[in-house]
Amino acid sequence: MHYPFEVPAIEDDASLQNRSYPAKKLDMTGITLPTELVPNWKEEAINIFAELLEHQKDLRVFMDSCVRCGNCAAACQFFLGTGDPKNMPVARAELLRKVYRKYFTAAGKLFSNAENAVELTEEVLEEWATYFYQCSECRRCAVFCPYGIDTGQITMAAREIMARIGVATKYVTEVVHKVYQTGNNLGIWPLAWKDSCEFLEEELKEQYGKDIPLPVDAKGAEVLLVAPSADNFVNVNTMMGYAVMFYAAGINWTTSTYCDEGGNFGMFLNYFNQKRTNQRIVKAGKELGVKSIIWGECGHAWRAGFPFTNTFNEDMSDFDPPYPKHICEFTYDLMKKGAFKLDKSGNDDVKVTYHDPCNVARASNATLRMGMLEWPREMIRNTCNNFVEMHKDTIREKTYCCGAGAGLLADELMPLRMAGGKPRAEACRAVGANYLATPCAICKANLPLVMEHWKVPAEVGGVHDLFMKALIL
Amino acid sequence: MNLPTVLFSILGWITILLFAGGLTYRIYIYAKTPMPLKIPVNTPPTMPGVVGSMAIEVTLFRKVFKTNPLLWFGSWIFHVSLLLVVLRHLRFFFYPVPNWVMFFYTIGIYAGYAILISSVFLLARRLVSERNAYVSLPVDYYLLLHLIGIAASGLWMNYHERIYLVDVKAFILGLFSFSLNAPDMEPVLVVHLLLVFALFVYFPFSKLLHAPGVFFSPTMIQRNDIEKRRKVNPWDYDVPAEPFYTFENFEDKRTDKHPDGIEYPPGWKRKVEYHKYKKGE
Repeated sequence: MHYPFEVPAIEDDASLQNRSYPAKKLDMTGITLPTELVPNWKEEAINIFAELLEHQKDLRVFMDSCVRCGNCAAACQFFLGTGDPKNMPVARAELLRKVYRKYFTAAGKLFSNAENAVELTEEVLEEWATYFYQCSECRRCAVFCPYGIDTGQITMAAREIMARIGVATKYVTEVVHKVYQTGNNLGIWPLAWKDSCEFLEEELKEQYGKDIPLPVDAKGAEVLLVAPSADNFVNVNTMMGYAVMFYAAGINWTTSTYCDEGGNFGMFLNYFNQKRTNQRIVKAGKELGVKSIIWGECGHAWRAGFPFTNTFNEDMSDFDPPYPKHICEFTYDLMKKGAFKLDKSGNDDVKVTYHDPCNVARASNATLRMGMLEWPREMIRNTCNNFVEMHKDTIREKTYCCGAGAGLLADELMPLRMAGGKPRAEACRAVGANYLATPCAICKANLPLVMEHWKVPAEVGGVHDLFMKALIL
Repeated sequence: MNLPTVLFSILGWITILLFAGGLTYRIYIYAKTPMPLKIPVNTPPTMPGVVGSMAIEVTLFRKVFKTNPLLWFGSWIFHVSLLLVVLRHLRFFFYPVPNWVMFFYTIGIYAGYAILISSVFLLARRLVSERNAYVSLPVDYYLLLHLIGIAASGLWMNYHERIYLVDVKAFILGLFSFSLNAPDMEPVLVVHLLLVFALFVYFPFSKLLHAPGVFFSPTMIQRNDIEKRRKVNPWDYDVPAEPFYTFENFEDKRTDKHPDGIEYPPGWKRKVEYHKYKKGE
């Protein structure tokens, strides 16, 4: 079953008005992209398309393989929320496929009506810019597709074509540009980062009466924590949770102002910016001389970090482990070794449910052994008395996106974000939980609004928030 | 031997050439295109594991079964009967006919009916469901009708218009040994063969490529062993890296030169020394 609730009826162009603002020139130059639509954009776009087809097996295979069985249709939270047929993954991919057929297949050239092959025109480009920026690359469709077609990859390819001819959104380009200037997505300057860490130290001093450090740029620390910058600024309970956990385990850790962000918004634009953003992490680790790099509670950070870091960087063999490690795995390992004294009654005031962030659940080592589907759950089970699971078709590898992934967390897309979060809100309402734990900064930013919009009385927070409340120092 | 005979043989050869050549070319393209990144969706971590899960996937359609039992019922029956019918037709390609091919002699007929019924079911599915109707292209309906045509003409020959099979076999063996021997054909056999030729010609240019494509789908065939081995991108290129800084010296290390010399907003380059800043100077 796709969806334990009612699937909406089709309504043409229901989501057409949800469009992102176009990118600003300053940001586009800062991230090495054309500032406006290049003059010969049609030829340019087809050339880039041909290059991607030559470079990417996934795109090449996914373009041919779809039989339009419709199994993915009701899998997408944006379709479930908006009812716009172009938000069905198969229809979204069709926007790119119809151009592919026209320029790259014989059948499409001969029978363009029966095969639905169309030329790349301005209308088609408009459609691309609208609907490929209504996809959160969450890959839920890939779980349902019998051929493993990942519409997220198709979206990435379409966005790369658009970015390189000068079409991108303000939110995504702004964020990537900020990373190159300040080291993080929120644009927090290094001194402000240091200041905010000191503020949190004072906060912890008040709470625990102990000097619990949040070190910044500490050379020779054991662990470099690459957390989402929002944890330092917005979801401070999660950041304090990390600090308390490291303190209790007696581990010498640090953050880096060169790379105080795990999330990789370059992934939503093109390969160049994705790699450029990613290699900052390993560079920071090497310059600071840390033993291990640990990824914080962030969905995109994990999606761009776990599978790709070893590809984008020469090697991670200087580090232990020589591959990206998630903080939930780290804490779980220590917890199993008995490093913490935990008191579950600290979380008795909440009824907890766990929302798998889409990019964590489907980007990870999550099959035969314990993976990112189990570690956070084990942490919650060991720190809370009241833990309930949502409907089985809405969790684990079939989890929904919060509705704002992949650069959709822009204010102008608010109706789309609320619609995309609806399935998650309904699933949460059905189990009556009042605390939704999730290890993802984007989920923590969007889901509170979603819960409020759909009138679900649930608070949203991190896994380490709960851990901190149950930990006895 | 007459003109239609010659034409029919030539059509057969063109079909074989386009089908085999086109399919080989597509598979070659799929195989040689590099995969830059790791994108497995919850696959097993070892090669035997992946082979096993793919085997289950392509024989039992596990994903469809788990998510959409009704579609599974239609599509699995459809594909299995297609396979059985193809196996039954192998008796036209071997001389002498091996025993195992004769095993499919009776079951192949039932499979013919199953193709008819499941094709109609799949066609109805596209028409009845609003979502499926939206995503279906003309060619999707056409292909199902085409298959219904092939199955119906085949079954018709089996019951109503028995044809002289030895001639048909001679024609097919002739195709593969490059000799011209075509029988005098009943119209229904001509229709049957032409439809089959058309299907095979269309195969390497269409969505029917899902058959070889599924074996190259990176989300399903990549091992989930990111921790164990480094994935190398064969066409990787270097991208610039900003110089490293700490919060104490980042003002000195930052590259403030913007490409194209665009002016930054005021206050952007203001230098603040951390220790003075803390003292409130």
